[in-house]
Amino acid sequence: MLAKRIVPCLDVRDGKVVKGVQFRNHEIVGDIVPLAARYALEGADELVFYDITASAHDRVVDKSWVSRVAEQIDIPFCVAGGIKSIEQAREKLAFGADKISINSPALSDPSLIDRLQDEFGRQCIVIGIDSYYDADTDSYKVKQFTGDEAATKDTQWYTQDWVEEVQKRGCGEIVLNVMNQDGVRQGYDIKQLAMVRAICDVPLIASGGAGTMAHFLEVFAQAGVDAALAASVFHKGIIDIQALKRYLRDNDIQMRL
Amino acid sequence: MTSQETKASNGSTIIIDTGCANLSSVRYAFERIGADVEVSDDIAKIKAATRVVLPGVGTAKAAMQALKDKALIDTICGLTQPVLGVCLGMQMLTKASQERGGLSYGNSYGNSYENTSQDCECLGLIDTNIERLDSKGLPLPHMGWNQISPSQHPLFAGVAEGSYVYFVHSYRAPLGDFTIAKSEYGEGFSAAIAKDNFMGVQFHPEKSAGVGATILKNFMRMTSDSFAKENAL
Repeated sequence: MLAKRIVPCLDVRDGKVVKGVQFRNHEIVGDIVPLAARYALEGADELVFYDITASAHDRVVDKSWVSRVAEQIDIPFCVAGGIKSIEQAREKLAFGADKISINSPALSDPSLIDRLQDEFGRQCIVIGIDSYYDADTDSYKVKQFTGDEAATKDTQWYTQDWVEEVQKRGCGEIVLNVMNQDGVRQGYDIKQLAMVRAICDVPLIASGGAGTMAHFLEVFAQAGVDAALAASVFHKGIIDIQALKRYLRDNDIQMRL
Repeated sequence: MTSQETKASNGSTIIIDTGCANLSSVRYAFERIGADVEVSDDIAKIKAATRVVLPGVGTAKAAMQALKDKALIDTICGLTQPVLGVCLGMQMLTKASQERGGLSYGNSYGNSYENTSQDCECLGLIDTNIERLDSKGLPLPHMGWNQISPSQHPLFAGVAEGSYVYFVHSYRAPLGDFTIAKSEYGEGFSAAIAKDNFMGVQFHPEKSAGVGATILKNFMRMTSDSFAKENAL
């Protein structure tokens, strides 16, 4: 049986892993390669690296660390951050990334998804979506350029519509990051994730809000996602990955142990 | 083969440079287990290698075109040493793939696999075809860690029933006589296939942690003699 995946996310800025609260006030938590190797050893099923400044500042991920990660770890990983062209994507894949994740550039030019899909196949094209609950209109909407608070802006897209659009254009996976929840460890937004799950035919990764092991159980059991992504609970040692996976297995969630 | 025999330990291993984007991942995985590997599209080197790896991601159409452009098809089909196809590399060992799309196909109306063009002809070394995985409504691509049921094939020596390996694919070889490991996602399918010296794995051993390393080590122990002996028995 296909196992549900536990995915530590390493937000990268200037070659270091950082973590902020609700996308702000980033603090350095460690070096990239040793953290990646540690998570792989502890049982992480996959890793995601986001260069959180890249899109907003119009520059791409410093590529040297991508090949160092690929050399050292034996689980899949995804690289995100400012990939706007076929060539930039090819470079990351050539350095050993298994997938590339596109967020803001896809909102600026949705045809990028089609072109990447045509060139590399949909299996390595991940679309990251930063979604937030807009209380005024009681709806979910998509934000762009969230790597930099000053550059962050609203888009015209309702989350449901954008989820449909990126699948139609050919993505292989969606990471739904629910911004209201990010970094505050109050739990995943189950209601929103279940809504997106119902319209998502590709694998869906939940992101934003994990604080306890019970939050992970909720998101797998109630929202039916394929993977759960988290950062601070792993970086700060609040949750041990092995203990989490045993807990989930004991609660009937399929896990690789 | 005297030049091979004088080489240290277990001979040379060539990863065929298919021009696809993920070659380094496969090379790194062999290097992590201490194997001496080289990425090359040189026909003489490939023919002289002790064993050969055929990697690949993307679409069958683009990958087969790359092999044609490099005039490698006859070379690969004539190999008698152990050959390991990985993911799309496995699919290319079969007769044909239903997978459409790739370089020359537009995608203006959504999913490229709905394209009406021809099946992609493959190398025809293993007697099966690649068809779309019937996931029975589960998300596609089939992505993540799934369990395999390995056979007694030496590629899976020491790999336990139910071991997890990492898959990323939407097309698959069905189950058949050529199946050397099974998996299931909506339906049962071939996680690995083989015919004589040609072997292929649908999953990514280079990304499958310890289990993947075991499989690659098993491959590194094989030589042309491995298959000559089997045939003699």
